[in-house]
Amino acid sequence: MEIGTAFAEGRLTAYLTGELDQHEARRAMESMDELLEEYLPRDLVVDLSGLRFMDSSGIALLIRLSRRLRETGGRMWIENPAQQPKRVIDTAGIDRLIPVSVRKL
Amino acid sequence: MKAVNYIKLEFPGRSSNEALARAAAAAFALQLDPTLEELGDIKTAVSEAVTNCIVHAYPDTVGKIRMRLRVLEGGLLEIAVQDWGCGIEDLQRAREPLFTTGGEERSGMGFTIMESFMDKLRVRSRPGRGTTVVMQRRVRSRAERP
Ligand SMILES: Nc1ncnc2c1ncn2[C@@H]1O[C@H](COP(=O)(O)OP(=O)(O)OP(=O)(O)O)[C@@H](O)[C@H]1O
Ligand SMILES: [Mg+2]
Repeated sequence: MEIGTAFAEGRLTAYLTGELDQHEARRAMESMDELLEEYLPRDLVVDLSGLRFMDSSGIALLIRLSRRLRETGGRMWIENPAQQPKRVIDTAGIDRLIPVSVRKL
Repeated sequence: MKAVNYIKLEFPGRSSNEALARAAAAAFALQLDPTLEELGDIKTAVSEAVTNCIVHAYPDTVGKIRMRLRVLEGGLLEIAVQDWGCGIEDLQRAREPLFTTGGEERSGMGFTIMESFMDKLRVRSRPGRGTTVVMQRRVRSRAERP
């Protein structure tokens, strides 16, 4: 999996692409930690439009990220999840913890 | 029930094999002509079952995982994932949402996801001996779909 970024006005957008499973999750978390340290964003947007597959390993990663943002007083939300990740997110019920927004592309 | 077709796969529990197991299951399921959503559900359930073997059953070793897929009469897909690892002490508790022994890197949602993405989930486990997860999902034929 790859992570692309865009940064503007204190908001970091991370574009996760590829597949996020247990094999990829640890490296993904390390990359995200590095990005958070580098940009020190107020808010974090995790864009999942390019993520083809995600399982519960991705859920744990998203929960950890949102906790980290909350610690620094920032906000985090998920944007544009593709069909399969969306079903996993809904089933895990984390949309109650982390807002999911679908933007018209 | 009679099996119309089957495959058996055995592979070492390395995390790089998670993607392989998903791809193999999806390729086998294609004979039932599933929708994209059904295919996604099948891959997700397989990923959860195989990941559990890798991270929980064999925490410190690379153990053997066996996956058996069958097509049963009536468009029923059955997936069995077996390990010979540590086993589960309290199955009922393990299947509860959010229950995990895996710490921060896990969310405790694996069984919940398998249960809701498949029609049936059966788990057999013996502490010290291993665990078998058997899942079934009916894939409707094109003619039956709305
Ligand atoms: N194959 C297995 N061998 C031994 N223990 C298992 C196995 N599968 C599951 N377990 C136990 O059951 C618990 C719940 O499993 P489940 O998949 O629901 O959540 P998890 O793996 O902890 O987290 P997640 O799946 O969200 O990453 C695990 O934490 C583990 O203790
Ligand atoms: Mg699990």
